[in-house]
Formats: sequence, structure tokens, C-alpha cells
Amino acid sequence: MINTIIQGVLLGGYYALIAAGLSFMFSVMRIINLAHGSLAVLAAYALLVLAQNYGISPFLGLLVVLPLMAVIGFLLQRFVLDRALRAGELVPILATFGLSIVIDNALFTGFGANTRSLSNYIGTLSYDSIELPGGIYVGELSVGIFALAIIVLVGLQLFLSFTPYGRAIRATSEDPDTAGLVGINARMATAVASAIALATVGLAGAALGMRGTFDAYSGAAQLLFAFEAAVIGGAGSVWGTLLGGIVLALAQTLGAKVSPLGFLIAGHGVFLVVLFVRIWLAGGVRPFLRGRT
Amino acid sequence: MSALTVKSLDLHHGLLHAVREVSFEVASGEVLALVGANGAGKTTLLRAIAGAHRPTAGRIELDGQDITQVPAHRRVAMGIALVPEGRRLFTQMTVEENLLVGRLAGRKGPWTVRKVLETFPNLEARLKARTGTLSGGEQQATAIGRALMSNPSLLLLDEVSLGLSPIAIERLYDSLKGLMQSGTTVLLVEQDLSRALGVAQRVVCMLEGRVVLEGPTASLPREAVTEAYFGVGRERAMA
Repeated sequence: MINTIIQGVLLGGYYALIAAGLSFMFSVMRIINLAHGSLAVLAAYALLVLAQNYGISPFLGLLVVLPLMAVIGFLLQRFVLDRALRAGELVPILATFGLSIVIDNALFTGFGANTRSLSNYIGTLSYDSIELPGGIYVGELSVGIFALAIIVLVGLQLFLSFTPYGRAIRATSEDPDTAGLVGINARMATAVASAIALATVGLAGAALGMRGTFDAYSGAAQLLFAFEAAVIGGAGSVWGTLLGGIVLALAQTLGAKVSPLGFLIAGHGVFLVVLFVRIWLAGGVRPFLRGRT
Repeated sequence: MSALTVKSLDLHHGLLHAVREVSFEVASGEVLALVGANGAGKTTLLRAIAGAHRPTAGRIELDGQDITQVPAHRRVAMGIALVPEGRRLFTQMTVEENLLVGRLAGRKGPWTVRKVLETFPNLEARLKARTGTLSGGEQQATAIGRALMSNPSLLLLDEVSLGLSPIAIERLYDSLKGLMQSGTTVLLVEQDLSRALGVAQRVVCMLEGRVVLEGPTASLPREAVTEAYFGVGRERAMA
């Protein structure tokens, strides 16, 4: 039982890592990026190509892939989301949904239906483990991903709170018109925010590939878990996102212990319960939605 | 040379022709009051000078340089700062953070958080408070401080006394007095006519989007300004 809980908490670290970029983008730019999961899978494939074709370890590969993801984020904001936002709040959601379909199918065309993994390229790390008192073993990789999630979440928070650029991004997210009047290039600030969000997506993609397998259509599941973690924890708060990931993962691992089908059912169940409780606490769907936007 | 030149500027709010062929100049170091009844187009004009409102026609020059097409955030770097109507603070951020945001344009100059606190001592105790929780006077001081942090050569003040208690207004103008004497060019929109005439060297009076009266405050009789303000002379001529 304790073992299950510990494994669940560590899995929650992965969900928090993938939710970090999603909730950052939502809280700062008011955009729900439905291509989030597909972009993480794209990053995983990029690391795979570097490892397979050039023998570059995925850890070193991040030095290439993270900047690449940041550039994609910058361009995505400049040429897609920025324009889409001007057409209304719903258009960015449609645009990112379309983008996810393009990415998924491009990956399928390029790499086929085979299931891939980065675990072959990270040496013994994929099965190395640490023994905890009480004879419980935890994977070094899981612990590393959990630590990385905390570093990313706290790092994002510190960046927003204490750096000039973080303040510019917060000011822009609150009132872009006034941000311009105090000397902030609002378009630049949101593009940089998007670049940062996608860099975290690159990390999530690496975690996805190292801890398990992925294929061209894995993005949707990653998006769903990230979305559920963000909603359970309350988007836009550091510890909320981490807690949301842990709650989701605990529900899944405990559910799986009850029945093999329980993994997904328990996860979705907890998500729905939390969602309905939040709506009920807000006093209905309309006030709930108003509070969000 | 004049610090700011506005040449036959036309501004629209959708179909509404808010400002019609307005021209005026502000000399360097001068305090100019822009007065007029509600809806005369003062706020729109100020926002256009700050770059938040695209003109339909006309020119805006800062120190002789055409800035009509320059976006707002670059105008801040060139030395224009607006204290917008309704303060428009970032309410999720603290007083200190609002002030620091004002410094982002990167213009060199004397203004620091410390100096703003010396100018507005009432902010000292509230430095770490979110601006949403401040009183009207404290909010206004923060908004002015935020604009000053960009070290402007031209400061645009839009209705800074609106919604403040008489004591808070008195304190605010006391603080501004030093600033206006320090050589910063100030363009001031103010509902309170006697207040405006008290601090400004020159006054421009607008009515329904047009400049109807302009001159040095010392030589303009108060009655002339009042008449222009309400358009009394014009109505008489129409009747």
C-alpha cells in the first residue's frame, strides 16, 4: 500500500511537469493550448532522432531541443496565437486543436506507427533504483522527474515574481493596453512567455520518452493528464499544479490496484468530482467560468 | 524648441469623430493645462499622444521628431509617460512591482523607488501591498510614480484628482509642484478649472473635439475660460 502511494506520488511529479507549461500558458496568456501534448511528443521524437542518428544522449540532446521548442513557442505566439486571439477567445483553442492534428499526423507520416522510447539511450538510468527503508524501491528516473517538476514549477514562479521580464509578462497578462503605456512591448512579452512554456514542454517530452513509450498519437493522452492535473490543482498556482498531478496519479495507481481498468477510470473520476465541486463552490457554471476568465 | 507639437490631429472612436483638426504646441519645461467639459476629447487626445490611439489624420512630434507611427511602448523609451484616466494599475501586483514595471523601458534618469517614496511618503507603508487594496489617493500616487519611473521628459496627467478627497488632492498637487518646477514638461487634463489654472503656465480649452481657446493663464480672464469651457459664447452666437 505504502509502495503504491509512493509510486503514485512520483508519477504525479511527471503529470505536474507536463501540466506546468499548460497552466503557465493559461494563467499568463489566457490560452488553452490543445497542442500541448502533441508538442511534448514532438520534442520526444526530436530527442529520439538525435539519439538514433547522431548518437547524442537525450540529456545532451535537450541542449538542442529546448531552444528549438522555445523558438517554436515564440513563432507559435507571433504567427498563430496572436492573430487568433484578435478574432476572439475561442479561436486560439481551435487553432491549437488544428495544430495538434497537424503535428500528430506529420509525426505519423514521418515515423510510422511503431512505439518508441528513449529508455535505450539513457544507460542504466531507466531501471536503476534506490532502496528506501522498509524495502521499497523507487526508480531513480521517477525521483529525478519529480525533482525536475518541482524545479520547473518553482523556477517559473520565481521568474514571474522577481525578474523584470517576469513582471513585464504579468503586467501584460493583466492589461496589455496599459502595459504598452508603461513601456512594455506586449507582443514581445507574450511571445517570450510562450517560448518559456514550450521549453517546459520540451522537458516534459524528454520525461515522457525516458520513462516509457510513445507513438505519434500519444499527445492526446498527455494533454488530457496535464489538463486534469491543472484543473484539479487550480491552474496558475505552483503548489496547486504539483498537488493536482499527485492527486490524479494517486487516484490512477490506487484505481489500478483495484482493477486493471481502474487506472484511467479512477483518474477521470477524481477529475470530474473536483471539477463539479469547484463549480458547486463557485455557485454554478456561469460564475465558475467568469472566475476563470 | 517645443517639446511636443500636435498638428491638425483627427481622432475617431469608431464612427465618433472625437478630436477634430487639433493643433497646439507645448514648450520644453512648460506646464500646459488641457481643459474642457466631459466628452470634449481630452482623454482621447492624451491617449493618442501616448500612442494608445491611432490618429486618422495629422502629426505628432516629440522634440521635432515625427512619432505618429511609433507604438506606445517605444514612445515611453523616447520620454513620454501617461498617467491614464482611472489609474489603470496592475492590481494583482504590489506597489513596488508596479513602480518597477515603470522602469522597464530603460530610460536613464534620476527616478528610483526610493525617490518616488520621497515624493509620495504615503506609499512607504504600502510598498508591499497589492494595489487593489489601496485607497484612491495611494493608487493615484502609485500611478504617477509608475509613470515617473520611466524618467519622462513629457508627463501626461489625465484627471489625476478624479475621485480623490479634497485633502488627498491637496497633498497630490503639493507633491506635483516640485516636479513641475524641476523642468519636466507636463500636459495636464483637469476637470477642476481653478486647480488647472493655478499650476499651468498656459491653457488649451477644448469643446466638442476642437480647440476653442488657447493662451497664457496669466493673461486670460477666468470668465473667458469658463465661457469657452461650456461653449457659452458659441451658443449665444447660434441663438
